[in-house]
Amino acid sequence: MALVRHELVCQEVVELVTDYLEDALSRRDRRRFERHLAGCPHCTEYLAQIRETIRLTGRLVPADLSPQMREDFGELLRRWRDEEPGTRR
Amino acid sequence: MTAGVIAAAAVWGAPASAHRREIPRLVVRQHHDRRNLAPVDDDARFLERLRAGDEAAFMALVARHNDAMLRLASTFVSSRAVAEEVVQDTWLGVLRGIDRFEGRSSLKTWLLAILVNRARTAGVREARSVALADIGPAVDRARFDAGGGWSAPPEHWIENAEERLGAAALAPAIREALERMPPRQRAVVTLRDVDGLDSDEVCEVLSLSQVNQRVLLHRGRSLLRQALEDAVGEV
Repeated sequence: MALVRHELVCQEVVELVTDYLEDALSRRDRRRFERHLAGCPHCTEYLAQIRETIRLTGRLVPADLSPQMREDFGELLRRWRDEEPGTRR
Repeated sequence: MTAGVIAAAAVWGAPASAHRREIPRLVVRQHHDRRNLAPVDDDARFLERLRAGDEAAFMALVARHNDAMLRLASTFVSSRAVAEEVVQDTWLGVLRGIDRFEGRSSLKTWLLAILVNRARTAGVREARSVALADIGPAVDRARFDAGGGWSAPPEHWIENAEERLGAAALAPAIREALERMPPRQRAVVTLRDVDGLDSDEVCEVLSLSQVNQRVLLHRGRSLLRQALEDAVGEV
């Protein structure tokens, strides 16, 4: 005896996008989500934009070590080696 | 501990005794990092050399992980200088505990978990936390009609975002949006989408439940999408 549940509206769909991508929706909610997408080009577009956002964010390039930081870390390593004389080079 | 730090720890789900915790040992897990398979293998080799005190190996590891560590530290502390101290303190802790790392799990996750402990221990998170309840909607409510359907639907920009904006303009748009983002959202989004950690690893590093990890990820990605839409729209 399935409860009657209303169909999802767009405003609800955009809040479920992450749970959908993380595969965290129940089977029933997943079906409701996909049923909505099948009939809604705007939410389909929205989902595609979220995927594109993830892809573009993943292309950020990490910053390099500055010379000052390089020096600080060299000092740090020497401090550690001095703490345990004999066990490290 | 100040009230702000207690509030922050509660929001992060950290145990009250977090400030006295040992360097965490990670559970063995199948590693399925999408992007960084080769570096993970390299990590194991460099770690072996580092155990012998090899400076070049240390610098290689520091250079590889420094940016992720600094970014994560900066979600807990307010100044760049303090973030750098936390990172250095973390590496010293790593060196001192290096013989306890068994190399069966991702070095990066281990490093970041230690870093988070140190950042909390420093007690410098101040009152920067925002309760989960403060998190707003993914899309401005004004863009929906009374029935919850789009009244101002997203325009199509995916294929031409890079053409219209140019790759050089996209990165700053994303970086600026990340900087404006509440710190916990920034931590989750960058760990997931920049550093390539999976959800289990992020939960472990930040002591978050899966549900809260998803809430923060959802809000963070929603803000980034909006920032990209705005950036493309301005051209």
